[in-house]
Amino acid sequence: MENNSKSKNRREFIQSGVRLSLALALGGVGGLALSKVIEDDWVWQIDPFECTQCGRCATDCVMSPSAVKCVHAYDLCGYCDLCGGYLKPDANALSTAAENQLCPTAAIERKFIEEPYFEYHIIEDLCIGCAKCVKGCTSFGNGSLHLQIIHDICLNCNECSIARVCPSDAIKRVPASEAYKVKGDFTNNPES
Amino acid sequence: MKKLKYILFTFYFLLFTFTLIAQQQRFPKPEFESGYEQPDTVTPEPRALALEYFDVLVLILVLSLATWFALKTRSRQGVLWLSVFTLIYFGFYRNGCICSIGAIQNVTLSFADPTYAISLTALLFFILPLAFTLFFGRTFCAGACPLGAIQDLVIIKPISLPKWLNKTLGLIPYLYISLAVLFAATGTDFIICRYDPFVGIFRMDAKFLMVVLGVSFLLMGMFVARPYCRFFCPYSVLLSWMSRFSKWHLTITPAACIQCKLCTNSCPFDAIDFPTNEKEVVKSGLGTKRFLAYAVLIPIWVAAGVFVGERSHTFLSKANPDVFLAELLISNPEIKNDPDNLDVQTFLASGKTMETLVQEAEVIRGKFYVGSMIAGGFMGLVIGMTLLNTVVFRKRQDYVPHKGNCLSCARCMDYCPVEK
Repeated sequence: MENNSKSKNRREFIQSGVRLSLALALGGVGGLALSKVIEDDWVWQIDPFECTQCGRCATDCVMSPSAVKCVHAYDLCGYCDLCGGYLKPDANALSTAAENQLCPTAAIERKFIEEPYFEYHIIEDLCIGCAKCVKGCTSFGNGSLHLQIIHDICLNCNECSIARVCPSDAIKRVPASEAYKVKGDFTNNPES
Repeated sequence: MKKLKYILFTFYFLLFTFTLIAQQQRFPKPEFESGYEQPDTVTPEPRALALEYFDVLVLILVLSLATWFALKTRSRQGVLWLSVFTLIYFGFYRNGCICSIGAIQNVTLSFADPTYAISLTALLFFILPLAFTLFFGRTFCAGACPLGAIQDLVIIKPISLPKWLNKTLGLIPYLYISLAVLFAATGTDFIICRYDPFVGIFRMDAKFLMVVLGVSFLLMGMFVARPYCRFFCPYSVLLSWMSRFSKWHLTITPAACIQCKLCTNSCPFDAIDFPTNEKEVVKSGLGTKRFLAYAVLIPIWVAAGVFVGERSHTFLSKANPDVFLAELLISNPEIKNDPDNLDVQTFLASGKTMETLVQEAEVIRGKFYVGSMIAGGFMGLVIGMTLLNTVVFRKRQDYVPHKGNCLSCARCMDYCPVEK
């Protein structure tokens, strides 16, 4: 009986010793990670100046349609009649006719403002984030159309599945307090 | 008209692409005379930080409740309804993200990548269940894990797996966590999240293959109870370590065991240890000799693991996009002419030189070299220790839960006739 309780004591001693070291290890890992913790949360966002409009945002998001949408920085827009983002390069006429539109889902609305200016508005529900208009606008226009991850659609996956396949690494974690990188003014690009 | 447009397009294209007057707008914003008001660019806010902390609060509450039900009130009903809540809240409402299993990678990345600071929510999701488990056993698995909950609810007719199969399949989580940590530390991928079989079900939207994977896990889970938890979950490795030394693990009986054997069939996870049959132990001749032999084998297993890791690091490193691209460009230089290969075309257009790419790839491969050897050595150690464990006998008089494997689901308690 005495022997039994001795071995039990020994087992308990080992158990609590290991428990203590596990607790210390856990505390150590936690403490080390805590030393560089940020209180803000991370969200994913596209840097429009690095985006190469490859089109993968439309196909690789876990949401369908994608949480990536085209947004319009109106400050940058030239309100052109001949819009590289709205019209196909070989468009028949400068009109809203479907065959002239670059957007595959007709998600851009063209509205006449005054001669010769037109406003272009993205209908978010229709946009699939394919970046065709972004490519057109960036190649021929001011680049006011650009892609952004819209955060009321984005599920904020731990690892963004578009970021993984983005060929130009334009999608990065950004603090949730500055969740957007909308092209506000044209000199935003440090490279140019 | 058409011709004019072409000329205009070409003109502007040439003018502004090649003369690089990028600081100015190509087409300055007009000054409107009709009193036009420019609309705002709409940018909906992400989920509020307060709500993320609310998730942590819910996790603490659920963990406490699960512990309460498993240890204090000994109520299977309580645990069951709690897991239903978890499935709805963390599963279908929060879409299975953030979860403690995936948080392993965030913690790893925060150690490996100096530019990444882990968010407090992710850190707490990683630490809290482990801390609870260290004291109360794996109550996290019973009530607070949405992946466990969805599998627990589909158990219909669990079969008992032979011991050797249980042990062998039980090695997979160690391999999974080694690879997950390796890939996260090298900044390659978060494989736990990417191959999470149930997240597609929580989101009600996933790639076809992932749906097939999720559904097949659930179908398999009808007969092999909670297959992901027992044979894949990388977090289960850490939980099992903690639980083995937990201070107040649940017990099958509220008082002394009367050896009625009623509970033996109650556990769908084969996590109840039977009393040791001492006669059999002596007869089978397992003992000191075998123990020593297996103990001596451990360094050999570790060495073999390191060797396998070293051999496979080249293959593993190809999962990294940079390494893959560099390798592709070196082995198939003609791919540069393929206009459909977006990665190659983007790289060529980026102006980055081949040397920098190769250099970066070599740095990553160097990390893989060290990392795979560590992972391999770890796997060797795990295999050696598992073998050693098969010849270690602990004296047990009663039917007790295996602390490492017990998921604290509280099923066995309903079978126990002993009153308090």
